Amino acid sequence: MSFFMEVLLGGLLAGVMYSLVAIGFVLIYKASGVFNFAQGSMVLFAALTFVSLLERGLPFWLSFVISLLSMLLLALLLERLVLRHLVNRPPITLFMATLGLSYVVEGVAQALWGAQVHGLDLGIEDTPLELGGLMLSRFDLFAAGSAGLLVLLLSLLFNKTRIGLSLRAVADDQLAALAVGIRLQRMWVLVWAVAGLVGLVAGLLWGARLGVQFSLSLIVLKALPVLIIGGFTSIGGAIVGGLIVGASEKLAEVYLGPLLSGGIENWFPYVLALLFLLLRPAGLFGERAIERV
Amino acid sequence: MFYQESGQFSTRYRQDGRALRLWQQRAALWALLALAFGLLPFIGNDYWFSAILIPFLVLSLAGLGLNLLTGYAGQLSLGSAAFMAVGAFASYKLQFLLPGLPLLLSFVAGGVVAAAVGVVFGLPSLRIKGFYLLVSTLAAQFFVEWLLTKFAWFSNGNESGVITAPPLLVAGHDFGSPAGRYLLTLSVVLPLFVLAANLVRSSLGRNWMAVRDMDTAAAVIGIPILRTKLLAFAISSFILGVAGSLWAFTYLGTVEPHGFDLSRSFQVLFIIILGGMGSILGNFLGAAFIVLLPIVLSILSGSLLSGVLPAGQLENLQKIIFGVLIILFLIKEPDGLARLWQGWRARARLWPLRF
Repeated sequence: MSFFMEVLLGGLLAGVMYSLVAIGFVLIYKASGVFNFAQGSMVLFAALTFVSLLERGLPFWLSFVISLLSMLLLALLLERLVLRHLVNRPPITLFMATLGLSYVVEGVAQALWGAQVHGLDLGIEDTPLELGGLMLSRFDLFAAGSAGLLVLLLSLLFNKTRIGLSLRAVADDQLAALAVGIRLQRMWVLVWAVAGLVGLVAGLLWGARLGVQFSLSLIVLKALPVLIIGGFTSIGGAIVGGLIVGASEKLAEVYLGPLLSGGIENWFPYVLALLFLLLRPAGLFGERAIERV
Repeated sequence: MFYQESGQFSTRYRQDGRALRLWQQRAALWALLALAFGLLPFIGNDYWFSAILIPFLVLSLAGLGLNLLTGYAGQLSLGSAAFMAVGAFASYKLQFLLPGLPLLLSFVAGGVVAAAVGVVFGLPSLRIKGFYLLVSTLAAQFFVEWLLTKFAWFSNGNESGVITAPPLLVAGHDFGSPAGRYLLTLSVVLPLFVLAANLVRSSLGRNWMAVRDMDTAAAVIGIPILRTKLLAFAISSFILGVAGSLWAFTYLGTVEPHGFDLSRSFQVLFIIILGGMGSILGNFLGAAFIVLLPIVLSILSGSLLSGVLPAGQLENLQKIIFGVLIILFLIKEPDGLARLWQGWRARARLWPLRF
């Protein structure tokens, strides 16, 4: 039983890391209706920038700030060069533009900082911690803690500030938001930059775990089932979805994997998401679309 | 001036129903066919056949398969490579299990198996729409890749999962030479294109477009959504399956799951974005673009930037150029190269006058 609990808790903590990536998606989808496939590349770009600066001898906080500024710059350029020209296009076009974007961002990141694997040490020992008879990874707990903090900050931003109010207005109805004088384009830059921040945090945590390398951009594929289960428009959903995916993935790998000769974590979340979708076509917390002609 | 419709009237329904109604179009098509079948096999060299023409043809076919599903029926898919893999492995396995099976028949059978798999993963499309559907197709992608790598039965117990394709014998002739493989590919690809070009003009094709434009409205006017969507998945997967068999048998010469990973799915998607969604001609244009771009880029950088650019950067540069092109196309010409071609034709019609 305690083995089961350990697997479950380990999975839940890993799930928090999935949620982090998924939250970046949700922010952008809510504010601009863009299904941002480039979120994974943004994670890679942010983490790679951070690590490369750190390796050139800059202090931790300065690298963090510069990486954050580079994400802001990316958001500005993106709005000016891409999003502005794609207003009122069908969502599928926007999605495919972010596919192209992910190529550009990955290419630029690797051209600037090289393609080798960088180790990243955040100064947290990955020693197991014993809590009530269960062995838990200290690093996972730290990751979950920072994710929790980030979510708290985001919810403060969304619920307690004027910017957050505007963002919620934009998410609710873009036309109405425009009509009351909210600058849509500024909001887009803002939300892409915030998604960049979330990406940076996710990139640091994932990078410390796996090393900062090209495969970081593939975690977008891990985040997709999370989004589907949680719904595209709910941050809470992204967290719950992440937990569900993390836990069930680990449990399936441990209990179901040996029966199927292993390696099932690549597709299992997708099949799980599919099952969820068949029951709830808009995810657990997504807005149910009303269809009319 | 090149195109003159004047004087070309349809006097019979048969004439009215033709895919190409102008004699200039038909003449151009016959000329192209004569070129492709009669001239190219004799003047082309091995590099042209193996590195350009065969992948171009196979990718056009794959693009066609996805275009029917995404461009015509409006169902977004990132699992094209999975259906290609199913086709390739099914063809191979059938060749192995039934030794006397004619090659072309095993291609068709591979397509049929792929179609069946496509229908299974298409079933959720009845309930799930838009981006949520990506999950189903991605599930197909990862599941099929995993299945083919993990279970040795599919690759006949071969450890690496890489198998050499059987010899290309059709009716006693060996099509193993580069020119022969090109001819074989061409003769499989063309009939499928003819089929698809007529399919999209049929009532089924019109139903697909209605579903793409608004499936609720389509259901309200009495289009059977279930049948329409599943047929889109089945026919698209069939074509992708045949394309997969060709990719493995005539292009690579080996059957392996890693040739059909997610990046292949993206490649097929880019073909239809660049070529033109909802266009038959666009598949050829997009595939030509995708096949030629890396070659042109490497030649250019080899001559212009030799020594200036480190070898590793070339790949990054290619990626950036590729991404920028995709975004540019979506902004400037969302209907792709096919639309550019149409614009050029419209101008050629009036030339040398402006209006």
